[in-house]
Parts: sequence; C-alpha cells; structure tokens
Amino acid sequence: MPKLVVKNIRKVFGTFEAVKNVSFQVEEKETLCLLGPSGCGKTTTLRIIAGLEVPTSGEVFVDAVFVNDVPPQKRQIGLVFQDYAIFPHLSVFENIAYGLRVRKMPVAQMERKVHETAALVDVESILDVPGKKLGLSEMQRVAIGRSIALDPKLLLLDEPLSNIDAKARERMRVELGKLQKEIGIATVYVTHDQLEAMTLADRIAVMRNGLIDQIGTTGEIYDNARTLFVADFIGSPSMNLIDCELVYSEQRAILKSGDFTLDITEFAETIKGKPKGEELVFGIRPEDVSIDIKKTDPTAIEAEVRLVELLGAKSIYHLKIRGLTVLAKDYPMAEVNFGSKVWATFNKDKLHLFDKKTEEAIF
Amino acid sequence: MVGLRLVNISKKAGKRKILKNTSLEILDKELFVIAGPPGAGKTTLLKIVSGLIAPDEGEVYIGDQMVNAVPPAERDVGMVFEVPPIYPNRTGFENIAFPLEIKNVNPDRIKERVEEVAGLLQITNLLERKPTTYSGGELQRVALARVLVRKPRVLLLDEPLKNLDAKIRERTRVELKRLQREFGITMVFSTHDQLEATAVGDRIAVINEGVIEQTGAPEELYNSPKTVFTARFIGSPTMNLAECVLKQVGERLVLDTSDFNVDVTTRAHAVEREATTSELLLGVRPEDTTLLNSPENGKCFEGKVELVQNFGDERVVTIRVGNISLNSLTGKERIFTYGQKVYVKFNEEKAHVFYRKTSIAVM
Repeated sequence: MPKLVVKNIRKVFGTFEAVKNVSFQVEEKETLCLLGPSGCGKTTTLRIIAGLEVPTSGEVFVDAVFVNDVPPQKRQIGLVFQDYAIFPHLSVFENIAYGLRVRKMPVAQMERKVHETAALVDVESILDVPGKKLGLSEMQRVAIGRSIALDPKLLLLDEPLSNIDAKARERMRVELGKLQKEIGIATVYVTHDQLEAMTLADRIAVMRNGLIDQIGTTGEIYDNARTLFVADFIGSPSMNLIDCELVYSEQRAILKSGDFTLDITEFAETIKGKPKGEELVFGIRPEDVSIDIKKTDPTAIEAEVRLVELLGAKSIYHLKIRGLTVLAKDYPMAEVNFGSKVWATFNKDKLHLFDKKTEEAIF
Repeated sequence: MVGLRLVNISKKAGKRKILKNTSLEILDKELFVIAGPPGAGKTTLLKIVSGLIAPDEGEVYIGDQMVNAVPPAERDVGMVFEVPPIYPNRTGFENIAFPLEIKNVNPDRIKERVEEVAGLLQITNLLERKPTTYSGGELQRVALARVLVRKPRVLLLDEPLKNLDAKIRERTRVELKRLQREFGITMVFSTHDQLEATAVGDRIAVINEGVIEQTGAPEELYNSPKTVFTARFIGSPTMNLAECVLKQVGERLVLDTSDFNVDVTTRAHAVEREATTSELLLGVRPEDTTLLNSPENGKCFEGKVELVQNFGDERVVTIRVGNISLNSLTGKERIFTYGQKVYVKFNEEKAHVFYRKTSIAVM
C-alpha cells in the first residue's frame, strides 16, 4: 500500500497556476524526488502534501487516510527545511525532544525515544551540545532526527542541501544517502539539482510548468527521456540536441542539419511512417560522442575543438562539427587544446530522436 | 606578460587574519580562478585588487604599475559582485550605459557600445525591460554588461554563478570563458565550486584560510596536488584518503592502514628516498579505485557496498572497509546492491602519498 497518494493536485495563486495537474504515489521505504527548475511547482506540491497550502482541487492521502482537511501537525509528516531550523539555544537532546514534549510524552518514554533516535542519526555523542555550535552535517542529522523522533509516516525534505558550498554538499549528499537507507521512511525530496535527485532518489518526477513530464528511476529517465525538456534537464553537461530533418537518399535514411549528416538507416523500422522533411531533433549525450586525434573509426567526423573543460577524471570538449556545436565527454588528453583538429565518433546505439512539434521522444 | 601581481599581501579584520602573506602572479589575458571554501579570503583578495579594501601589508601591481595608492575608479579594474547592484528603476540599456554616461561619452558612441556588448552577451531583448522582470541569470548578465562596456583591462568576478540554478550555471560558465577570450581581457573569477574552477580556469589558485595552497593549471592540481587540502578540494568525488604507515614486509614495501595494505614496491625507490617519516597518508582517486567481484592475486582487499550513487553515465559506489569508507567511480554497466561483498583494488601507480603531520605531498 502506498504511503502517499497525490491525486490530480491543482493550485492557483491569483491568476498564476502554480500546479496544474499533478498525480503520483510514494511506496513504503521509497524516496521520490520532485525535480525541476525554479517556478516549476515542486515546492508548492510539497507544501500541499505537508498541509501548508490548501490545493485548489485534488486529493492527498497519507497511509490511505484522506488528509485534505487534516491540519499540518496532525498529518504525521516530518518536515525538514532548507535551513534546518535548529533551535540555537537548545541542546541537541532538547532539539530532538522538542516535538515529543509538545505532544506531552511521559518523560521516561521521551528520553528513551530521544536516545533511540540519536543513535539512528549518529548524534549520541553530541547530545549536550547547543544548536548554535553544530556543524552543517550535524545540523542536518539533528533536523532529520527531530522529524523522525515523532515516527512520521512520511518525511518531506525541501532542498536540504541548497545553501551549502559545493564540497560540503558532496559529502552531505553521501551522508544523507546512507541515513535514508538506515531510517527507511518513505520520503519526498524537492530539489532543482539533478545530481542530487539522481543520486538520492529511488524515482524522480521531473516537473515543468506545474506538470510532471516524466516519472521513473534515474536509469529510466537518463537513458529514455520521454520529452525534450527531460533530455535537456537531466545529465551534466546536457544532452546535445540538434534540430534536423529526415531525408531519404538512395534507400538510406539520413538526418540532416545544414552541412551535417548522420546516416540512421539502421533505425528505419522505428522511424517508419515519418515522412521526409519532418522537423525532428536528434539527441546524443556527450559521453556517447568520443574523440580521437587520429581517424581510427571509419565513421568518425572531423571536428575542431573550441573549448576544453576539465572535470577531473573526464573532460568536456566543445566541438565545432560542420557548423554545429557538439559536446563530447572523454578522457583528458594533454595534446588536445583550443583549436585542435580531432575526429569525433557518435555512438549511434545511444541516439535519441524527438518530434520537434510535440517535443516527445520517437525513440 | 604579467597582468596582475600581488606581493606579500596581509589583511586582518579585527584579530582575525583573513589573508596571510599572499602572493600571486596572474598573466595578461588569462582566466584565473581563485578557488576555496567559504571564508577562505577570496572576496577580500578581489576587493584588494579592485581597491575597495586597502591591504595592511603588501603591494598590488596592475601591469607594471604599483596601484596601492590609486583609487578604485582609476585602476581600470571592473568588479562584478555575487549580488549585483543594479538600478531597479532604469531599463537594461540605462543600467549598462551608466558607467559611460558619468564619463560623458558621446551618446551615439554609448549606444554603439551598449548594443555591441548586449549582442555578445545575448541580452539585446533585455535592453528595454526593467530589472524587476529579469531572472537571476539575466540580472547577472546585465551586471556583467555594465562592467564590460567600460572595457576594463582586468575583470574581477566574485562568485558570479553562485546564485544560479545548477543547469544555468553550467551554461553560464561556458559563456564566461567564451567572453573572456573574445574580449581578450584578464579575468579573475572566485568560486567555492572546484568543478567550476577546473572547467573554466586557465590556471587556478587554491586558497584556504588566507593561504594559497597551490597554483597551477587544472590538470596539474588534479594530477599532482601538493597538499592534502588541494587533494581533497579538487576532484569530485573526493580523493580517498587513509592514514597509513610505511612498512617493509619481506621483499615488499607496503603502506599499511591497519584495515588494508597497499603494495608500493614498484615505487619503492621514490617512496623510500622521499619519505622521512613512516606516518603517512595514502590518497587514491575514485577512478583509480576499482571493484572486483572476486579476489585477485592478493593485491586487493574485501569491503561491503554502503551506498550507490547513480550519476547517469557513471556510478559512485561507496565501500566500507574496516573503519573507513572508500569511493569508487565505475561505469553504468555494472550493478551493485546495498550490502554486497566486493574486492577493492587500487591503481598503485596513481597513488598519492602525503606526510600526516605537515599535510604536504611526499612526491
């Protein structure tokens, strides 16, 4: 039985339709991530689940209970905010105990619960430390501890890593991932950072303009983006997306964009019924474009390097190929620099094709 | 040719030393990145170059000229702040034109210059609009245009991408690099994000607590970090680091971490010659840490999968070995499950060794 059901949620602020029609479910122990750019409606959706906003229409069920009319504090939902909202003058113990005291839990039982929770989020050794003396990752653990001490049926996290510098974020992402595995509570997580979504979520709902474009596992969304938006938004650097038309010449199917051509006859079955001249967009991820300083592959195309970005184990090469800009992700090569001539090979098995008008994937 | 030179700069704020005897040489027309965690002294350094702050000690040179006594407006240095001060009541055009207007530049010439810069930054459509209608990225570009219109010799950017969404950040960093090339100016750029630093920088200075840890090209910092701080800071996921001692075991020379041993016999000559103490720190990058399903000739050690992060084209697998966690970067083809037993193998040729006491690289 799903822990959370969101059904046809719509929310209008004045004349602005923040959430148009959103439905999804979260299963037991599952982490679902709402991912999208600012203004896509993800935070509004989260606030509706928490009970901090009333939906214009639609229904929310927590553990099969209809909660539209239930006030936030009675929904049995744990909320962790962007800034963690730790009480600075209270000790870690009191921060975790806070909700239990408000609920007037007997002292002995409360103390047991705080210790149990502290062990789970690994803050037992700092129970006496005041909130203002905590480091970021300790604050994160205390904030989560404070929420789960109340045995919520569902945990909501609102951009918990967004105000943190890059290096600390990387570390805390790993910690959060491990913690999620330990506590095993159904979770909805909101972020605009696709890396966070991909690494922490069991499933991702990619949102745009108040609607969900696609829901799926990281693998599904990354390998089989159903819309142009998802293809562009997921993955860093973004997928190469190139406007093209389909032309047939001597029994061969060719994607043409200016002087650039790509033979896709092997996909003839899939594109059957697509008339020539159709407006299409083909997509290929940068890691599926490889480069070489010699022409070793017969299908390799000559390219000029316009920019190299070192990412560590791999580099991004910005290539100029017959008037097109194409990004390739490959191993760092000391001899390849601005202006170098290289040979680029497209891994055609990893090609994506979209209909330009509907913005939906053909394959 | 030297574009900018800082010699033995020190600066205190109250009792806290923000910069400690910092020296830097930035070449003419170079894109130079100052990278470090929050509070490292990046902004102070930029403000000293621009003249907004006077150093307690040390000298600032622009080209060959010592500028300590030159007021900010006459230094030919433009600075763009993290939160750009833009006039909300003026249009984009009026904002960008402002620095030229106060210099009484001829109106026709102003129009020409503003349109040229706006074209390069692709913000021509914003010229007639007021800043209240801009997105964060648009605001940033208008602020940049207002500085570029003066054609400064040196352009300072203080965390220019910090407040942008992840996806826009990725695109804007490429834009900045392209602009720096097209305008042919010296650009100094500060960031807390090491990925941004290695992606755009011609050279990078890694700064920590007011001290420059290392200066060099991105590849240099990534492949040969001179200090533990640089090793940790540059690269994501972070380099695996484990305390170890150097031991002779029969014919072989090993680094013993008490949880596992790494055979460095092939590099024995270098390690033995250079290491003056056995108290060392072993560093291996995640891409040089491979995972095997079965043990291989004694050169690997057992661990358990603790976390799998899916990055789309790659996975980062966190392995628990005794008391420490190690990260391994692997392709997306292999599937790992939580709790699975694996064997870890290091590429010994790529192992880094540091002194534990001084945090300096042995070789």
